[in-house]
Amino acid sequence: MTSTTRKSPYREGIIDSSPFILLIIPFATLFGVIATEAGLNVVETMAFSIVVIAGAAQFTALQLMQENAPTAIVLISALAVNLRMAMYSASLTPYIGAAPLWQRALCAYVTVDQSYVVGISKFEREPDMSVPARVAYFLGAVTPIVPLWYAFTFIGAVVGTRVPESWALDFAIPIAFLAMIAPMFRTAAHVAAALVAVLVSLLTAGVPYSLGLIIAGLAGMIAGAQTELWLERRGAKV
Amino acid sequence: MIETSTLWTVIIVLGIGSFGLRFVFTGLVGSRAMPDWLLRHLRYTAVAILPALVAPQVVWHVATDGVFDIPRATAAVVTLGVGLVTKNVLMAVLSGALTLYGLLYLLG
Repeated sequence: MTSTTRKSPYREGIIDSSPFILLIIPFATLFGVIATEAGLNVVETMAFSIVVIAGAAQFTALQLMQENAPTAIVLISALAVNLRMAMYSASLTPYIGAAPLWQRALCAYVTVDQSYVVGISKFEREPDMSVPARVAYFLGAVTPIVPLWYAFTFIGAVVGTRVPESWALDFAIPIAFLAMIAPMFRTAAHVAAALVAVLVSLLTAGVPYSLGLIIAGLAGMIAGAQTELWLERRGAKV
Repeated sequence: MIETSTLWTVIIVLGIGSFGLRFVFTGLVGSRAMPDWLLRHLRYTAVAILPALVAPQVVWHVATDGVFDIPRATAAVVTLGVGLVTKNVLMAVLSGALTLYGLLYLLG
């Protein structure tokens, strides 16, 4: 407790992830619309968003079911799209692994791209945060996102109007992620990791089940780790 | 039409599977120490995965039928550049959005 004037970590999390509010609304609405167009009723659409809570995987599963793909293929594809969540889980473990089990379970349920990127950049920036403060911050970061994901899935399912294509909201997510990760490039190793990951992701774009992303991510992580080791060795020699 | 039974199977199994993926390390490893080599790799998860997630969308965008799109690609470069220089997320988002809409208006 260094200072009483500091904002609570929970509220800081809410503030830091609030830019995503603008993005989550159109995407949740879109899922609601597409799901009802595919013949799902409101209960089914809501169950999908609440139980799975993963935009890209939900869109993938829905599309494959409409194409009458075998259930096993639907599941494998959608889970492959979500495989990055396991990498997020691993990357969060050094920071929140010491929290009580129920808190870790709660954090796991609400781990999405947005909460992960907001959380991990804060934890890296402020390595002295306590574990309870980190959990509070992480839960703060999902507070503006997850309830809106539910609410606007519902609105999309009931109202059924899409956002006009001319708004180019399709590109909102890439812009938000790029803006979030840019301040995380602190060393040459971070840059190397990103460059290799981008290059490999473009080369493996044709790999089925979105597995190119996982290959690219692993390649980038190896590049980052190797660059770090190389920089350390060079630093040690001087 | 999607069969109701297929749909619920997918919702439930996908829900359990997605939770499992999100919980596998935080839940099972918990506070146990992870080896240095693994931590060294995990430090680069965010800066590797997120750019890799975005890159194909920047280069071949779905909204333009997979054709390289100048406004979107430029907006991506501007967002990243402003973010790198200013370290300010909001500035980066605003510059990116301004570039995207400006170019869509000028070129569209």
